[in-house]
Amino acid sequence: MAREAAFYEFLLRMGDNTLILGHRVSEWCGHAPVLEEDIALANTALDLIGQTQMWLGLAAEVQGAGKTADDLAFLRDAWDFRNLLLVEMPNGDFGQTLMRQFLFDAWHVLQLRALTASSDARVAAIAAKSVKEATYHLERSAETVVGLGDGTAESHARMQAALDYLYPYVGEMFLSDAVDAALVEAGIAPDPASLRADYDDTLARVLGEATLTLPEARRARGGGRDGKMHTEHLGHLLTTMQWMQRAYPGATW
Amino acid sequence: MANTTSNQPSVAQIWEWLDAVPDPEIPVISLVDLGIVRDVEWSDDGLIVTLTPTYSGCPATSIIRLDVETALASHGVERVEIKTQIAPPWTTDWLSEKGRARLEEYGIAPPSPAGGPDHCPRCGSPDVTRVSQFGSTPCKAHWRCNSCLEPFDYFKCI
Repeated sequence: MAREAAFYEFLLRMGDNTLILGHRVSEWCGHAPVLEEDIALANTALDLIGQTQMWLGLAAEVQGAGKTADDLAFLRDAWDFRNLLLVEMPNGDFGQTLMRQFLFDAWHVLQLRALTASSDARVAAIAAKSVKEATYHLERSAETVVGLGDGTAESHARMQAALDYLYPYVGEMFLSDAVDAALVEAGIAPDPASLRADYDDTLARVLGEATLTLPEARRARGGGRDGKMHTEHLGHLLTTMQWMQRAYPGATW
Repeated sequence: MANTTSNQPSVAQIWEWLDAVPDPEIPVISLVDLGIVRDVEWSDDGLIVTLTPTYSGCPATSIIRLDVETALASHGVERVEIKTQIAPPWTTDWLSEKGRARLEEYGIAPPSPAGGPDHCPRCGSPDVTRVSQFGSTPCKAHWRCNSCLEPFDYFKCI
């Protein structure tokens, strides 16, 4: 695969993950169970959207078609998105939202840490900026997963159900294709599979403390990061997120 | 060119002016105190001010750019280019001593490498508890004093 094309795909994967998860988390704004949690979720969403501006900004630059990060966020359709299926999964209850956050954060921190050593200085700079925020997110999501998992019978059952529901989407983080091969070759990004051992360690530690049981590993459910088959949830999310640009094309703030 | 070599203010003068521009969300400290002004230099086309964002999604970023332009324009510096630099990433280590003292005076506990404040910025009691890792702005967390019972903000250490 041509290096420029692969690089663009990679940047979409990074930026679409933070965009879609950032939007999902922002759906809680004004609805979280208590004020502190509402603020925490809104802050997390804000960080993710900020990171999106950097990733998609660079993607637009690399694409060289005169587009902006906003064009990429608001004017693409579901099949153009390259996010992991995990991040488009619905919020469910508060526990499911935090479980999804934890499963993502644990990967995000490892991925960003590896990217700080990228051969591309722009990627390394965005990663160095983002990893500080992601580390903070992981601290909180892991703590909340432990608090709720090792909590009451009700919260424990809900967290276990969230884990059972979301875990099949974890495997996609470690799949690789021609895009990844081209990036590894160029020293831009790590081989996704190389992050698996550390990821499993984090999960074992946190889920153990949370008294939760990891479901049996099943075949990784993919199709998000390569755009082959998103879930139906993404389209619904986009109708809300992109509504303004769809209804009033070219509208500016 | 608006500023010729003979009448253009010195870089030190510009830093002094920027040190009088308050942070839009925490107005007791200046942009310079916050450590987000990375560089000031004159070019043939005017002044270049390099800023770094605190958090990547901080909504104050665009206001800060505007405030810098407005402040400099009020001193007659019209041709200003504002550059954004993200590497090395901003750290609370860049907060000035003056900024730390002002935060404390204002009732915001300054960042501490220990990961949290060791006393209440209002009554000084060491008996403090974290309420939430996040607070009213991306750069703060929410704490409470168990002695005077007042809630307070803690400037997160990153």
